[in-house]
Amino acid sequence: MFFLPSVYRHPEFRNGVRDMAPLAPGIGAWGLMTGVAMVKSGMSVVEALAMTLFVYAGSSQLAAIPLIVAGAPIWVILATGFCVNLRFVVFSLHLRPYLMHMPRWRRLVNGYFTADLSYAMFTRRFAEPPLDPAGRQAQQAYLAGNYGITWAAWMGLSVAGIVLANLIPANWGLGFAGVLCLVGILCSLANTRMRMLSAALAGASAVALYSLPLKLNIVAAIAIAVAACYLLEKRLPDPAVSP
Amino acid sequence: MRGVTDGWTLLAIAGLALVTVLTRCFFFILDRPWSLPDWAHRALNYAPVAALAGVVIPEVVMADGRLVTTLLDARLFASLAGAVVYFWRRSVLLTLVLGMAVYLPLHLKLGW
Repeated sequence: MFFLPSVYRHPEFRNGVRDMAPLAPGIGAWGLMTGVAMVKSGMSVVEALAMTLFVYAGSSQLAAIPLIVAGAPIWVILATGFCVNLRFVVFSLHLRPYLMHMPRWRRLVNGYFTADLSYAMFTRRFAEPPLDPAGRQAQQAYLAGNYGITWAAWMGLSVAGIVLANLIPANWGLGFAGVLCLVGILCSLANTRMRMLSAALAGASAVALYSLPLKLNIVAAIAIAVAACYLLEKRLPDPAVSP
Repeated sequence: MRGVTDGWTLLAIAGLALVTVLTRCFFFILDRPWSLPDWAHRALNYAPVAALAGVVIPEVVMADGRLVTTLLDARLFASLAGAVVYFWRRSVLLTLVLGMAVYLPLHLKLGW
């Protein structure tokens, strides 16, 4: 809630900004390429602006692009976005004790703005939820400063990317930058053997079932990979179970 | 559909925005504490990586609805280079930069 004076005047707000500032150029560069990728994949400028302004989740935006361009039904797009975003569900369980002292609408605003990096920095700086009103103020201000600069860097350069994309010829194939971002995120998520197996199974299933209508191959691939890994995990001895 | 704003797409975008709120706030939307059953926690471990792989792998290895039959495809080399760089330097940004550095010359100069 970087727009409230009581939050942005708190000294912890500046600490939050300062901690995130070194990462802001990287966030901006990713936003820039997401903006370019959206337009160069065939979305209109209005659609790309709406997506960047409201969805505000890079990996689910990038994953939705090929589905939108292929004309997949909305429920398939939403189901895929939901699965890509499931890591946030885990974060929200961790953040609950930090935010429950707020009224619901403030919890929702803070939650909406808290992406991966802000979650990681916030919980590293504050290992425990706040105990008193002063602690609550300080934590809220730090979090807002941290996600405030993230949001500004992402939005500013995403919009720049959307505008610049119109100046770049389509045959350069810059839409592929979105796919490359997803390759990087996929590698970062495949950090245990079981997750690598999940990725391999889902990729192979999505290719094998490509002829299914309505992009259902993606939904089927997720179901197959998750079910197979779940069943396999139960058969493995405990030490092999990934953390 | 290139460049034309479409009502269904805007609806999908509105839905995705709600998905962002729902997932980022999942456990603190309701006031009373609650938790997921154990199987759902385990499934959470595998679903994000499966969803990304399901989207991205066909985007790399397929063209016009079928598996690519030629190795002369810039996407294959760019993705491979990007993945290798990721596991070497652990940076998504470097994956993007190096992947595009492989992709653009192959795609623009050689037409792969």
